Amino acid sequence: MRVTVRLFARLRELAGREVWTTEVPAGATVADVWATVTQAHPPLAPFDRAVSCAVNANFSRMSSPLQEGDDVAFLPPVSGG
Amino acid sequence: MLAVTRDPLSIDALTTAVEAAVRARGEGCGALASFLGVVRATHQGRAVRYLEYEAFDALAVKTFAQIRDEALARWPDAELALVHRVGRLEIGEASIAIVAATAHRADAFAVCRYAIERVKQIAPVWKHEYFVDGDAWVEGAVADPEDADAREKAMAIACA
Repeated sequence: MRVTVRLFARLRELAGREVWTTEVPAGATVADVWATVTQAHPPLAPFDRAVSCAVNANFSRMSSPLQEGDDVAFLPPVSGG
Repeated sequence: MLAVTRDPLSIDALTTAVEAAVRARGEGCGALASFLGVVRATHQGRAVRYLEYEAFDALAVKTFAQIRDEALARWPDAELALVHRVGRLEIGEASIAIVAATAHRADAFAVCRYAIERVKQIAPVWKHEYFVDGDAWVEGAVADPEDADAREKAMAIACA
């Protein structure tokens, strides 16, 4: 199935890309998508334990299963305010 | 009013909205507390030229709504308005405006403080600092809106 990957802030800068679609197996989780992202962009690997995620613009868990067409966003530690 | 904007912030519109909301509730509105976060000229001893803020707008607005819901669960007759600015901000410009309205002053300060502490914990907003001699993304909290410990920590700070 195809999902959209979306990166923000320093993750986007390190990867050199912001939004793209990728093919993952049926039943894939957010963590599976993150694994493909870090494989393609090794500088993101140190964020393994510091990344938050959202699916379709709602906070999600790395263990959450995905559906065809989902929009999966990865968020580095936040610094608003 | 919960929003992300590229425009300069003003607390006036926020104040009007929350006062009107609380006027119609419970004891009415007797206190308004406001907070503006402002771009500082230095960061850890380095001279700042300007900042750039970035947000995941759709998720940020939902996060602000969660923060408002949390505040109103604790202070049922309060109202809260919160707007975060994104884009390039110069020194002295406001990056966030929060206004809390309540019946009495202690709660207004507490709601305002709770809101800013929660923004710093969970809002999907990022600050990129541009110094005279380089630049750096600021990375603070790992955002987890379901983390009860973080929520309690923010509440303890707000009610200190």
